[in-house]
This record gives sequence, C-alpha cells and structure tokens, in this order.
Amino acid sequence: MTQQEYNGIMVIAEQKDGKVHPVAFELLGKARKLVEKKPQGVMGLVLGPETLDAKNLIEGGADRVFHVTSEIFNLPDELIYKENILPIIREIKPAIVLIGATTFGRSLAPRIAAALDTGLTADCTDLQIDDDGKLVQIRPAFTENILAHIKTKTYPQMATIRYREFSRPDLDPERKGEIILREPSVTSQNRVEILEEVTRQKTNIAEAEIVVAGGRGLKNAPDFITLQELADLLGGTVGATRDVVDAGFISKAHQVGYSGHRVKPLLYIACGISGAPQHKAGMKESETIIAINTDPSAPIFSIADIGIVGDWAEVIPRLLEKLKQ
Amino acid sequence: MRIIVLIKQVPEMDRVKFDSEKGVIDRKSAGVEINPFDLNALETAVQIKEQVGGEIIALSMGPPRAEKTLREAVARGADRGILLSDGKFAGADTRATSFTLARAIEKAAPFDLVIAGEMTVDGDTAQVGPQTAEYLDIPHVAYVTDLEEASDSSLTVTCNIWEGSYRKRMHLPGLITVTKDINFPRLPELKNKMKSREVEICRWDFSTFSDNLSPEQTGLKGSPTQVKKITIPPPIERKGQVFSPEETDEALAAIEKICREKRVSGGQS
Repeated sequence: MTQQEYNGIMVIAEQKDGKVHPVAFELLGKARKLVEKKPQGVMGLVLGPETLDAKNLIEGGADRVFHVTSEIFNLPDELIYKENILPIIREIKPAIVLIGATTFGRSLAPRIAAALDTGLTADCTDLQIDDDGKLVQIRPAFTENILAHIKTKTYPQMATIRYREFSRPDLDPERKGEIILREPSVTSQNRVEILEEVTRQKTNIAEAEIVVAGGRGLKNAPDFITLQELADLLGGTVGATRDVVDAGFISKAHQVGYSGHRVKPLLYIACGISGAPQHKAGMKESETIIAINTDPSAPIFSIADIGIVGDWAEVIPRLLEKLKQ
Repeated sequence: MRIIVLIKQVPEMDRVKFDSEKGVIDRKSAGVEINPFDLNALETAVQIKEQVGGEIIALSMGPPRAEKTLREAVARGADRGILLSDGKFAGADTRATSFTLARAIEKAAPFDLVIAGEMTVDGDTAQVGPQTAEYLDIPHVAYVTDLEEASDSSLTVTCNIWEGSYRKRMHLPGLITVTKDINFPRLPELKNKMKSREVEICRWDFSTFSDNLSPEQTGLKGSPTQVKKITIPPPIERKGQVFSPEETDEALAAIEKICREKRVSGGQS
C-alpha cells in the first residue's frame, strides 16, 4: 500500500431511522479544515433508507456522498454494515476514514479495520495533518491525564472520534456536490439475528446542555427529585456519580465519569460530589462548573468556576425559589 | 460448551500516580489487578457453564507476572489458563493484539464462545473484542448487558448499542463483549482457590506459533498505529471562586445569574 494510491477523507455517517447522527457533521466540518493543509476530497458514506436526505452531508462539507440505500440499515447489524462498507473503501481508497465514536461506531469500526488489516485509533479528541501529509490522531489516555499523538503506518488511516469535540458546521444550502446512490451488495447474514429493539434511550446525557448532578452527598433516591426539579427548570438532565448509581439511587444512564458517560454541557452543577478523578474525567470539560459541597477541601472545587461550601440540600431549594420568582 | 475468556492484567487505575512533568505513568506507584470488566466476562462464562456445562479457558497476553492474574481467573471459576508471553509480542497495538489473540484462540480450538470485557481500563479502546472476532471470522455482539439464554448452538443477549438496547441471538461460534451491568462477579470459592495454586498455567511463546504467526504480524512490528508523542492536556482555566458558608447569599446570587444566562429554551420558565 502506498500513500499515492490513497486519497481523500471519508466520513462514515451513522444514521438511525433516517436521521444522521450529529457527530457526522462535526467530522465533515473538521475534514474541511484538514484538507486546507493537504488538498484532497471530502467524502461522506451513509448507509440508510432511501428517504434519508444525503444532501445534508454535502451541505455539511462533503464533495461526494455515497448513499447505500436499504431499509436493512435500520438495524444495528455490524456484519451487514461491514460487508457493504468494505467494497466502497476498497474501490475509492480514501487515505483517511473517520467514524463517530458512538457505541455502534466503536463496535463497527474495529471489524472494518481488521477486515482491511489496517490500524485503528479509538476515541480521538483531536486530529491534525502532519508536515508529511499524514493524519495525527490525538486521544486521551490513562484516565485523561495525557494526550497520545498517534500515527498510522497502513492505509487507510482509520479513527473513531468522540462526539462534541469539534464544532458543528452551519449547513450551506448553496454547497454543490455529487450524491452517488448504491445498491447494497449484501442484505442478509445468518450469524446474528436482531430480535427486537427493547428500549430506546430516553435520557441522552451526553447531549445535555445543562447537567445537574448528585454524588455521595445525596442520602437517598428521593433526593434526586430536587435535582430533577432544577434540571427541568433549566432544560437540563440529571447526572450522578458512580457511588450513587451503584447504590441504586438512579439508573446507569445518568452516570457521569470514566466508566459512565462523558459530558460537555454549557453548565454542570455538582451537588454533594467530592470530585474523584474518575468522575472529573467525565465532566471536567464542561463550559461552566458550579460545585456545592460541605467539605471545603473537596477536589471538585479545584476545577469549579464557582464553589459553594455548604449543603446542597439547603442551597438548591433556595436557588429553585429564586429562579421561580 | 468450550468458552475462552480474554483477560488482561492492568495497573490499579484508581491508585496509579501520574508524573505530569515527565508525562509518564509511575507504574511502581500502584499494584496490578485483573481488568475489572474481565471479571464480568469471567462471571458470564461461569454462569453459562453452570447452565450448559463445558470448559472455561482464561487467555491472556502479557509479561510473565501476568500468570498471577490467570491463577486468579482459575480461582474465580476458569478451568485452566494460557499465557501468551514473549518479547516479540510486546508493544502491540490493538491490531497486533487482536491478531495474536486470534491465532492463539485457533490453537486452543475447538471453541464455541469467546467472552471479553467491553474494554480495558488502561487502554480504553473497546476495539480488541470486535477486532479479534473479525480476525477469527466469527460474529460478535458488543456491549452485552444481559444474558437471556445460552445453548450449545446459540446465545440470546441484550446489548446497549445505537442509542437503545437490542435483543440479539448469535449463532455460535461467536464473541461477546460484556458491560459491568451484566452481573455481579462472585468471590472466589475455597475449592477453586486451592485449585488455582496448583493448576499449571500454559506458557505459549512465539515459537508456539511457528506455523501461523510471522514476527511482522505481532508485537510492535505488527502494530500499524504508533504513539509519536505524548503531551499533557492544557489545564482548563477556571475562575475558581469559592464561597464560604457565611457567604451563601452572595453565592446564590452568583449562581442564579449563571443559571438564568445558561437556561436552555424549552426549560420551564
């Protein structure tokens, strides 16, 4: 494999029910910036029903979009996705393939990389083009203490990238590009049956603009009702530390931290949270952090914009009262 | 049912200290332990064996001291352990790791099911499970949160994926990666503890694979991704204003202002 043969950046856009995941637009926006340093095409690849509007991907920054049309892509079937993606990558030979680091992306990308026998970097937070034209993939390692800058020897250079690391570009309805419709090459497999979708995620904490989170300072499950009230008032979502999730106060869907969800809201209100490294790893990039804790030496105060030494159970109800006025 | 559980020895991440000046992990600052997610993988294997019978093999790649981790796996219900240990395997990225594990699993064949934790706490990639499945040409189901039914020919599970949860039935042989939600790993039983002290842990070095693995395919040489540089993330600038208990009124005024500024439209007014 030589570098000359491989050209362009391909973003594999995840969709569900015909709606493209926003991380795909963030990646197209980033790809447009990367091609300023090394001019090459930006391509989108989306597998989804015919009704899906692939033109959005052009408006978001793609020059060419491959749309493999089939209803079969309305199920998270890694094997069928893989079989339909491989022939396109082999034909187009992109130098770089980017995939959003969603759960499905992180399950699918390794299968594609292994099938192509190329390298894959997980969960990147930044991308650069080096002076030699190669992709530098930057990812946090060791509980986010360091950033590893990684390069790939093989082609295509593949990476999964976290949601919300890059800004979402404004769609430009004037942008011109080509949509290439493809028939799926494989529409069935007999190794994994997808029986049903049991539940659909209700709280998508990773997308919340405001998170009101509770930790060990909460005494029981009903304490979360107060936090929920504040979250509702602000248009946000309730978060929790691992302790209180393990204690059964609230479901794992709300867990923020290294082993839970990473969040990056405009405002994070930490109530009764001491700020263990594992928790901080999941929220320290929030735009503004307010921390309320009775212990003045709690580590959470070191990353807070505003710290209040006090009991959340007194502060939050008073805040609610003020906000309702 | 013959089950292979992938195990990794990792630093104790809660205790490990970090030298931010040198940009390296001080590995001596903490002990090692079995990757926490692997305990859930092992418990899943034990539960399946209890239902349908069979054998559990714990497979790990690492330095010789990782033998201890495989003994712990036996104490927790594995029947035996295989350790892949050789300088030629060292420095592997997820591609080289998966490729080597796949060749080892073929050597340990026949097998029906491979179980891995959803990720390791030191690597945090979640890639090795699905990559290994591809190199073995078997199906996989990732992020499994519930085991519903196991038989000699298939496995019915629920997994958390695609912003929802899905029930899937996988025909064997296949691979699953499990989350912490799937079970509560039990403590080692006394009889297994005794067995773990005596059991022989197989050591496979590079020469074991003379027929199916070339030196270019494993370890650092077989790793297409390479860390070129380590940097320390810039500290995030914070105002860092802390109000004492006597200043609660001022504090409330300050956070009320922020809340009003940041309130999302759609929130109740």
